[in-house]
Amino acid sequence: MSNSDVLIQVKDLYKVFGDKPESVMPMVKAGKSKDEILAETGHTVGLKEIDLEINRGEIFVIMGLSGSGKSTLIRHFNRLIEPTAGEIIVEGTDVMKLNTKELEQFRRHKMSMVFQRFGLMPHYTVLDNVAYGLKIQGVDKSVREQKAVEWLETVGLKGYEEQYPNQLSGGQQQRVGLARALCTDAEILLMDEAFSALDPLIRSEMQDQLIELQHKLNKTIIFITHDLDEALRLGDRIAILKDGLLVQQGEPEEILLNPADEYVEAFVKDVNRARALTVETVMKEPEHRITAETIGEALKEMKRGAYDYGHVVDDSGSYQGTVTQEWLEEEAKGGNADSTWEEADLTETTTITSDAVLETVIPETLEADHPIPVVDEEGQLQGELSRSSLAEVLVDSSETESESVENQKV
Amino acid sequence: MAEKSWLTDIPEMDRSSLLQLRKTMDGAYRDFSREYGDSIEAFFDPLLTFLIWFEKLLLNSPWWLVLGVIAGLAYAASRSAKLTIGVAVSLVVVGYFGMWDDTMRTMSIITVCTLISIVLGIPIGIAMARSNRVQSTVTPMLDIMQTMPAFVYLIPVVMLLGIGRIPGVIAVVIYAIPPVIRLTNLGIRLVDKEVLEAATAYGANPRQRLLGVQLPLAMPTIMAGINQTIMMALAMVVIASMIGVKGLGQPVLKSITNQYFTIGLLNGLAIVVLAIIFDRVSQAYGKRTQAHLGGGHE
Ligand SMILES: Nc1ncnc2c1ncn2[C@@H]1O[C@H](COP(=O)(O)OP(=O)(O)OP(=O)(O)O)[C@@H](O)[C@H]1O
Ligand SMILES: [Mg+2]
Repeated sequence: MSNSDVLIQVKDLYKVFGDKPESVMPMVKAGKSKDEILAETGHTVGLKEIDLEINRGEIFVIMGLSGSGKSTLIRHFNRLIEPTAGEIIVEGTDVMKLNTKELEQFRRHKMSMVFQRFGLMPHYTVLDNVAYGLKIQGVDKSVREQKAVEWLETVGLKGYEEQYPNQLSGGQQQRVGLARALCTDAEILLMDEAFSALDPLIRSEMQDQLIELQHKLNKTIIFITHDLDEALRLGDRIAILKDGLLVQQGEPEEILLNPADEYVEAFVKDVNRARALTVETVMKEPEHRITAETIGEALKEMKRGAYDYGHVVDDSGSYQGTVTQEWLEEEAKGGNADSTWEEADLTETTTITSDAVLETVIPETLEADHPIPVVDEEGQLQGELSRSSLAEVLVDSSETESESVENQKV
Repeated sequence: MAEKSWLTDIPEMDRSSLLQLRKTMDGAYRDFSREYGDSIEAFFDPLLTFLIWFEKLLLNSPWWLVLGVIAGLAYAASRSAKLTIGVAVSLVVVGYFGMWDDTMRTMSIITVCTLISIVLGIPIGIAMARSNRVQSTVTPMLDIMQTMPAFVYLIPVVMLLGIGRIPGVIAVVIYAIPPVIRLTNLGIRLVDKEVLEAATAYGANPRQRLLGVQLPLAMPTIMAGINQTIMMALAMVVIASMIGVKGLGQPVLKSITNQYFTIGLLNGLAIVVLAIIFDRVSQAYGKRTQAHLGGGHE
């Protein structure tokens, strides 16, 4: 999924708001807290010691509570905010070293941005709004309008070209915002709480649309949200900010399963894990692989290992079916001990794929008498999912927490 | 109680020093105007030529043509037939009462003063919006311009340029320009931060931001400023007539000294008619062009 083709690097970034940010830097570096510094000097620490690497083609989600510095951080990527210290390197260019003209060019071609309250030009038509980036670049009217029409169609707003933003619903306005961002063909997309102003249904529609577009376009997206469900749904990797400090970054499962501190844990607590995790994160190596070619041999193999079910695979590791000791014995009694799997007419068992969301496989897992096999697209057996391992991850994290507290007491 | 004390009376500069101060300042200014008066007059010459030309144009064209053009402009600006008819009828009534020529003179000077105020005021307003330092320097100057009695700054203008149209225009502009400056500044500062940020994020340079986003979005506020400027210019008409500006102000002035109530009233009403025409037309124009600006963000 994430190869290590680093597109954006943030190194040791600090941002202090106030009249004399430089003068406060020693205190910040000495590790004084945000509140202390505010009380003593009247300066607000926006960001502190941020180190990040964002890979080409991934959706990188930055998450945190209100005031944690998310907007401040995302505005550093295109230098809408100047850092107090630190470097931002995009494809080898140090953004901090660009002069005014270079910075304008950089903003025009490298990055585009989607805003929480849409940031559309109220005096332009929808079409002109979408074409805005190209207009700024000086692209011919006919060319840019043609492109804008195409992008409007892509986001599902065909026919709205001549409307004005205030004639559109919030969801439609944000689609215009998205089309405007895509219209410049910039490689990097900055989205600051782009869907937060929308109601839940429209929001999840927009998330779907973004995911679908991302499959086609393969942009590098930096997405800000304060909603963990959204982060888990969209993010290839997630970074969590707290009071301007990066407390954890990693893949969604990592954050869900191993929260770095109480702050992250509090975030993670209310997440519906069944919806957030995929089979891959929970499945285990198949315990019993049966490589025997006939029923009799399989039965022997099973008795030798003293287990009562197994997943049958052929020489190439391709999954054939799952058998229980009971069934094998019955077949053997019926005189089929020598039949191969084809002859024996292996009963169909349900299989699941590793990228399925846990929620969707709960019924199958609970119904089966044995762990159900996880099989990939080529038919290879990848692993198995047992009732107990499913139950283990789905148990409310707060319960496990109280358990561990009790354990400590003992 | 013969003795004066600073406890009972405010300490005063002694009379001879005060006299000296007055003499020096007046002298210096007189020297200045003697020295530069001519070149300053020469500087304003093109403006004077234009003023005279414009006034002649309004006065010498047949009344129905002028009326037609004004009505046409009113319609072009407001797209309202009702308003256009109202403008035409009230002008005809004003003409019927024998005030056509004076109305045209006043209209020409108001138009010119408004144009000058816009041309000077909007750039100053923009500069104020760009920099807090400029704002804090210009604001007190505007306060002075608006509160200083108009008669006071008539004096140096008249000393410098004598009596006539140009000093009149200068006095009117000084009095009328503050609203357009203030509201241009305010309008630009109030532009939605996120919209401006969007423009910046897409790589707009300062000029593109100003012309593409800030001015268009500030336009309703700027229009309100222009509207106020026009009203204030009209309010100055009578005072300006004291230094030789011809128009509706002069009959009013005459009727004060001679106690001609009806003439004063009629000319006063003609000024009101002009004010209403300018006000309604400019407001209708503003509303029509900014139909999409309201409620851009629900
Ligand atoms: N221009 C500014 N001047 C002073 N302080 C600022 C400025 N901008 C942001 N801050 C401070 O920096 C901190 C981070 O603000 P930021 O807007 O980045 O938070 P956020 O995570 O985006 O919050 P939200 O979810 O509410 O948008 C806050 O404490 C805020 O008060
Ligand atoms: Mg924010």
